[in-house]
Amino acid sequence: MNGAKISDASLLLASSLVVVSLLFSYFQKLRLEKETLVSVIRAVVQLFAVGYVLQWVFGLRSPAVTTLILLLMIFNAAFNAAKRGKGVRNGILISYLSILTGTGATLSVLVLSGAIRYEANQIIPIGGMIISNAMVAIGLCYRQLAGNFKSRRTEVEIKLSLGADLLPASRDILRDSIRTGMIPTIDSTKTLGIVSLPGMMTGLILAGTSPLMAIRYQILVTFMMLSTTAISSFLACFLAYRNFFNGRKQLDDGTSG
Amino acid sequence: MAQIAFQNVSYRRGGKEIVKNLSAEFAPGDFVSIVGPSGSGKSTFLRLCCHLISPTGGKILFHGKDMLRENPIEIRKKIRYCFQEPVLWGNTVEDNVAFPYRIRNRKADREKIVSLLSRFHMDESCLTHDVKSLSGGEKQRIALVRTLLFEPEVLLLDEATSALDADNAELVEKEIYRLNQKGVTVLWVTHNDAQSRKYANRLLTIENGQIQSREELK
Repeated sequence: MNGAKISDASLLLASSLVVVSLLFSYFQKLRLEKETLVSVIRAVVQLFAVGYVLQWVFGLRSPAVTTLILLLMIFNAAFNAAKRGKGVRNGILISYLSILTGTGATLSVLVLSGAIRYEANQIIPIGGMIISNAMVAIGLCYRQLAGNFKSRRTEVEIKLSLGADLLPASRDILRDSIRTGMIPTIDSTKTLGIVSLPGMMTGLILAGTSPLMAIRYQILVTFMMLSTTAISSFLACFLAYRNFFNGRKQLDDGTSG
Repeated sequence: MAQIAFQNVSYRRGGKEIVKNLSAEFAPGDFVSIVGPSGSGKSTFLRLCCHLISPTGGKILFHGKDMLRENPIEIRKKIRYCFQEPVLWGNTVEDNVAFPYRIRNRKADREKIVSLLSRFHMDESCLTHDVKSLSGGEKQRIALVRTLLFEPEVLLLDEATSALDADNAELVEKEIYRLNQKGVTVLWVTHNDAQSRKYANRLLTIENGQIQSREELK
């Protein structure tokens, strides 16, 4: 690759752009100076740390270490997604299983088909993108699930009172929640290349890859995101909905009249 | 043996006791009107009857067996609750009347649906109507049809005619009475004094979660 190489000096010069933001905040009395400085320092430290770790991991060429890192990434994503699922018991476990299955199934298809190789420098960046996408989707699913079980409580109770089991009583809510989880990915898929050039594609082009090769990677990632989001949203919703009922097949916390 | 028996039943939620130490028995074929001020615990009483909530004290027996030990789905298929708020789902009326068949893995019996609709002065054409375009009265009658497609042992009605005009209210009353004559036990919460005494053989008044009075009507 003969793409952009950024020297330490040019990186330092570019940091003057932060000063622009600080000055703007100062003169407009936005009171964001401290927060801006902290976030910039955090970003630089985190990225350098990640850069060194990745450099080391890529050098190891160990599938075991690559797998371990993937599992850690999934745990972190599951932990964050579960925060959105107030009322969902075992949220971390459900999220972990959902993201693991979605990511695992998708990566397996691509590795087995030869589209990508199971090497750290391919699996970790691509895995990161799809895991974070699944995390956002599951978070949206949980929020919609909890909101629907609250706002459509009477509908669910009528279905139960007609003799429905938990799944038929919840099916419409499940569909709605899975849709909510998937729609952002579908929307961003629709506008790829028109509204924005995705970060990964931009990065590849900056690094010197031809745009025709960069789009191939982007198309691959888009397919992966769609599949992982679908699998993860579906699993998370189907594993979580029973949490809104008790063992007597009643909606938790019954209302009075 | 009583069909449904409440034995010192209490129900507490959020620190408030909504039903207090309530005892009552209902025999097969009873037609009981339940009256009382808003918030007195009437709807909670009906919800307890069909196992949508469970007592926090006491016992509810169905045919002599503790309801808590029975399969809640089977109980709800026998003791059917028609809610005060006639919530419809899906897009069309058909989505709603097909639901009781779907949960029993059966094909919708169109003939029976149309026959029941006609009893409530509606015809087959309403099956394709958008649920959003229906009036409150139409929604209430569809909700009743949905509840009655499979005949229950016990029918719990919560203000089932509140959105209906006088003619349609009478139509529903007669239909419920017809079911009662066939042996269906009816427990009917109503605010309408005349309605509460029309067909019922017993009148219960609930206040502050307790039965204040029991009156034999005929």
